[in-house]
Amino acid sequence: MIKGRAWKYGDDVNTDVIFPGRYTYARMEPEEMAKHALEDLDPKFAAEVKPGDVIVAGKNFGCGSSREQAATCLVAAGVGAVIAKSFARIFFRNAINNGLLVLEIPEAVDAIGPGDEVEIDPEAGVLRHKGREYRFPPLPPTVMEILRDGGLIPHLKKALTKEG
Amino acid sequence: MGKTFAEKILTQKAGLPEAVPGQIVEATPDLGMSHDNTAAIKKIFGKLGLARVRDPERFVVILDHVVPAAQVQYAENHKEIREFVRAQGIRFYDVGRGICHQVVVEEGLARPGWLILGADSHTTTYGALGAFSAGIGRSEMAALWATSKLWLKVPTTIRIELSGTLPELVTSKDVILHLIGRLGADGALYRSVEFAGPLVERMSISDRIVLCNMAAEMGAKNGYVAPDETCFSYLRELGVTDYEPVYPDPDAAYEEVLRFDLTDLPPQVARPHTVDNVVPISEVEGLRVDQVLLGTCTNGRIEDLRLAAEVMGGRPVAEGVRMLVIPASREVWAAAAQEGLLGKFVEAGAMVLNPGCGPCLGAHQGVLAPGEVCVSTSNRNFKGRMGSPEAEVYLASPAVAAAAAVTGEITDPRKLLGS
Repeated sequence: MIKGRAWKYGDDVNTDVIFPGRYTYARMEPEEMAKHALEDLDPKFAAEVKPGDVIVAGKNFGCGSSREQAATCLVAAGVGAVIAKSFARIFFRNAINNGLLVLEIPEAVDAIGPGDEVEIDPEAGVLRHKGREYRFPPLPPTVMEILRDGGLIPHLKKALTKEG
Repeated sequence: MGKTFAEKILTQKAGLPEAVPGQIVEATPDLGMSHDNTAAIKKIFGKLGLARVRDPERFVVILDHVVPAAQVQYAENHKEIREFVRAQGIRFYDVGRGICHQVVVEEGLARPGWLILGADSHTTTYGALGAFSAGIGRSEMAALWATSKLWLKVPTTIRIELSGTLPELVTSKDVILHLIGRLGADGALYRSVEFAGPLVERMSISDRIVLCNMAAEMGAKNGYVAPDETCFSYLRELGVTDYEPVYPDPDAAYEEVLRFDLTDLPPQVARPHTVDNVVPISEVEGLRVDQVLLGTCTNGRIEDLRLAAEVMGGRPVAEGVRMLVIPASREVWAAAAQEGLLGKFVEAGAMVLNPGCGPCLGAHQGVLAPGEVCVSTSNRNFKGRMGSPEAEVYLASPAVAAAAAVTGEITDPRKLLGS
């Protein structure tokens, strides 16, 4: 179960504002990346975000560069999920591969305001906000399995161990 | 019902009898490409506890993003990468060879019918030579090193048919900016894009690269131009004959077929801070510029440098403007030197830098201060992309960039020709 406050943003939030290019080839641990999360979009986000908080945004969230730190920095900052009208495809993949839940629920995006309390049950496929329930279709089994294992690398490690 | 290019090639690379849009398949790429991010990928690969990359001959590493190293930590990255590729036997191009996408093409590693996955969003570039190529993340490249397989969703396809004859000094960059402006930054999200029609058939490989490179900026998974004699003769020149083209069926089921006649298309400019914020040049003419960037994987080829030199026509770079010229590869650099183009740029007052990504991603070599305006031939104008979040980046063709360099403001290049 994911429970937290909403951080609300607009359309086309790109990976340069989620994690600026000036840091992409710096050698950085996830905890350090978290300090730069959304730096060029919302400078107060990194300092104020709490574990379980969710990001709510418009269409094409995560467009632009393939940099995986855009997903890694959000996970490290404690973000529980990103709910958007749509996602850019590489960001969508990077999020899943880092164990970050990404959901396309356009009606919920329109309803949720900044700071609102949001609750998500990914297994049941339900998002709750102000007494209303939003159902979302389950993610493909391949994708759910990666998410349950906490990302692609832990998922793969499990598979490699099984193969022995 | 026939199949699109994406459906056909992903079916083939997954070794399945059939695959339909929406289906997730496990495919083995012919080539996996990574760049300066290889050090980070190596770190992720290390977590898997494997000593060896499974099929090292399937991969290539090219250093281009911050080259030569601008800081100690970049230098450490590069050093670590050099040691790793040597130990693993992975094909490697060091600092100075050029921008990854240009080098892959020049080295004959982008081929019709190949599946190419790259840890860079502009991996879509190789569709210009009939490959299916898409960007992936770092963990995914580590997974490919380990298993040579990756999950991919079979996308639906949009076919874009272009016709007409472009006016003088209007280029494929103007075409793709116009299309992105019309379709939006998410206009082809998750989808495969096939570029076709008489205008595309007449385009050079360099022009087609611009289309496929920037297909990423409309959200596309890949861009594709059907390989034809232009493509085959380009590859023959490189000594590459070993490939099998894949074509869409004539009765393929497209999600959408869009047709554009681009006769009379004026030069296009993408204003800050999104690539789909596109207007005809007349709407931004007269805007003062501080910096001009001619280069990048989008527009740093010899054709682009020739066009820019022609538009500049021996005029000096305007007072107060910094012009950066960054040939996309050593080959482009050498050709431009031999043709006397680099000398012309330097005489005009421009700076000619080493091949690489340069300031496109805001790491070094000419980043912008707050309030500054840059006209760039690159592919992204996001807030903070080239330095300060308070700087402004306008995307345009090499002709528009050259005109801005010599006039100090955004200018329709056609006004300079013959004057």
